[in-house]
Amino acid sequence: MKGIAHVYKKDHINTDEIIPARYLNVDKEVELAKHAMEDLDREFVKKVKKGDFIVVGENFGCGSSREHAVWALRGAGIKAVIADSFARIFFRNCINNGFYAIECKGASKNIRDGAELDINMEQGVIRDLTNKKEYKFEPFPRFAVDIINAGGLLNYIKK
Amino acid sequence: MGMTITEKILAKHAGRKEVKPGELINAAIDIIMCHDVTTPPAIDMLSKMGIKKVFDPNKVVVTPDHFVPNKDIESAELAKRLRDWAKKCNIANYYEVGKHGVCHALLPEQGHILPGELIIGADSHTCTYGAFGAFSTGVGSTDLAAALATGKLWFKVPESIKFVVNGRLPKGVYSKDIILHIVSDIGVDGALYKAMEFTGSAIKDLSVEARMTITNMAIEAGAKSGIMEADEKVVDYVKKRTKKKFEVVSSDKDATYSEIKEYDISKLEPTVAFPDLPSNEKPVSKMKDIKIDQAYLGSCTNGRIEDLRIAASIVKGHKIALDTRMLVVPATTEIWKQANKEGLLDIFMEFGAAVSTPTCGACLGGHMGILAEGEKCISSTNRNFVGRMGHPKSEVYLASPATVAASAIEGKIADPRRYIK
Repeated sequence: MKGIAHVYKKDHINTDEIIPARYLNVDKEVELAKHAMEDLDREFVKKVKKGDFIVVGENFGCGSSREHAVWALRGAGIKAVIADSFARIFFRNCINNGFYAIECKGASKNIRDGAELDINMEQGVIRDLTNKKEYKFEPFPRFAVDIINAGGLLNYIKK
Repeated sequence: MGMTITEKILAKHAGRKEVKPGELINAAIDIIMCHDVTTPPAIDMLSKMGIKKVFDPNKVVVTPDHFVPNKDIESAELAKRLRDWAKKCNIANYYEVGKHGVCHALLPEQGHILPGELIIGADSHTCTYGAFGAFSTGVGSTDLAAALATGKLWFKVPESIKFVVNGRLPKGVYSKDIILHIVSDIGVDGALYKAMEFTGSAIKDLSVEARMTITNMAIEAGAKSGIMEADEKVVDYVKKRTKKKFEVVSSDKDATYSEIKEYDISKLEPTVAFPDLPSNEKPVSKMKDIKIDQAYLGSCTNGRIEDLRIAASIVKGHKIALDTRMLVVPATTEIWKQANKEGLLDIFMEFGAAVSTPTCGACLGGHMGILAEGEKCISSTNRNFVGRMGHPKSEVYLASPATVAASAIEGKIADPRRYIK
């Protein structure tokens, strides 16, 4: 999958920044998407095109268990989050939604904002087409791949 | 090889003799906690799958708490979806506004939390229940839906870090100061994916309520859970509230920990976490004057009766500082009633504070105490992220109920030790 990287070289970007609680009185993805990353970057929603990626630092998604954070990003068009590390509940929520959360140490330090990336999930490789560099990541465990391929945890259980 | 309390509880609920960190297990759940923000989406998911029942109505506890009393039409719709669903599923343990409370204060108080059990909740602070020797963790709405439908959920067995906390708490220093100090020491991802097991003489000395403040904030260090072995104080607390049987579980002496951290809290000072991470600890004596606009006493971290008693004993006989407002939000209806009976609410009102009905409310920037641009709040809550309690340019300083109370007297962040005899 190919897309443009939106890079935030910040650690501990939390769920309040991804989707502030003042918008949690609704749970429709399209509504949440309007406010994605609002308290971190007010221009975020305007910048992002469908299929883009965000590249962030350590412990992305820390804080609340609100799955609204995943829905807001997905609704805004984000296809995958590449982080140095993820907070636990956010990571679980990503897998359960069939949404790509890619842990790749050092990506946020090397990938430039606006770079075009090509990600191969099976091989565990991010190709930076702008910089002509490659970054490796640990491919998802079988269990997580099965959930993602099923389209999320509930479909997986149904099967 | 010995096992930790966490490994033992997970093994038992997975029907296994033993489990090891890193293993994926499918475990049976004893209690599922549901509230008004994260449960309505799960209800929709279940409905789309044609699932009309929950696996066991007696194992589900529901309370609206985040945006109640309903703050607007949208949140009223969320609360209504929750209420209608609870009724349809015959969930007896539904706590309507008027009986409600902030979930993590309410469930233990109402006897729903037992030692040795496995509990999930669709809220990150579900780790609070670890104070009862239970394995307890927060999940999102999809996990909640799966658990409600099947009574089971997948878990990766976490490694455990042991925190040995010894020493006597000095005057004016509380369990909130201990956990702010630990989170600051290891960082907001210092226990990422791990179980934080708390032990030591200082933990033993704490009341059950004070212990909950510590396990509540395990998530602020990135942990999957916080846990303490249940002792006689916990057993007494639980037996007063339920007739259900339970089994106390303890860690083996030869259990394996990824790390052991030791603390002597004899010289700990009242502590404040500065914006915008719970790990930004500063001792109160090393602070320059920080003027505050609001002091907030409440939440699942520090809105229980003991917290109210401590704060009331400090503000009694004083008047709130000019240009400062204080909000007191007892965490549950029972706590509100008890505080009223003891005259604590009168003390707060005489002081100049506003007392509200239980709600998570302003703690997460929902309602009932939102901050304007540039405003500063000292708060007994658990998070001080950017925009947490309102405008992205407002600031939250986390502290104990005592420090919150002392700060309301002075209109700036203040040392509570000055007001304690």
